[in-house]
Amino acid sequence: MTAPIEELKAIASPVVVDARGVSCPGPILAAKKQIAGVTVGNVMEVLATDSGTLKDIPAWCKKMGHDFLGSFDEAGSIHLFLRKAK
Amino acid sequence: MSKKTIIVFSGDYDKVMAAFIIANGAAAMDDEVTMFFTFWGLATLRKPTSGAKVGGKPKSTLQKGFSMMLPASPEKLGLSKFNFGGLGQKMMKKVMKSEKVMSISDLLASAQEQGIKMIACTMSMDVMGIRAEELIDGIEYAGVATYLGEADEANVNLFI
Repeated sequence: MTAPIEELKAIASPVVVDARGVSCPGPILAAKKQIAGVTVGNVMEVLATDSGTLKDIPAWCKKMGHDFLGSFDEAGSIHLFLRKAK
Repeated sequence: MSKKTIIVFSGDYDKVMAAFIIANGAAAMDDEVTMFFTFWGLATLRKPTSGAKVGGKPKSTLQKGFSMMLPASPEKLGLSKFNFGGLGQKMMKKVMKSEKVMSISDLLASAQEQGIKMIACTMSMDVMGIRAEELIDGIEYAGVATYLGEADEANVNLFI
């Protein structure tokens, strides 16, 4: 279950990971690096252009135990949202 | 947290790259990863300066020949297909650069940063005439029992 786009767009993520232009496995490496600085319960946003991240970030969240909130595509960038759960 | 082991037997640029992408991905997913380099895969661990004379146990003439013919560093590895004497590899690396795909050197640095354990097979080092002195720092040296011990604890074991 992921949140509707309007809800995602209203989120002001305290941490935004810019992995645009980077190919696999760059986006998950960047996500792994930056999640350490996120407070449990807070949202982290990942920006990407590699379409593989649409599947990879949810898979990464599942493995890491974080909640994947959803994604939307805007102006050629994919915005993915997750909540740090532990 | 689970564990993955990867045997890197191949010395082909594309195959070694695939091995490192899987290894780095697994580490980014909090898995413990061990990469075991053997035979042609050992060239991946050579220092870029390994063409020069290195210390260590003297090499026999055949070992010298082998080590001279092996790629001197990871970026010198050829492609498994369409290599065309190295031209194909150069072309692929050019595309990779423009598409911001990580090179083997980048992936190797990332693997070390993520604490991926890298083991060089000492038996194949002897066969290929490769000395520890010409391999990068921070790796371990061991044999098949070490790999099998690690594989026993892992839920994914790949041979590339």
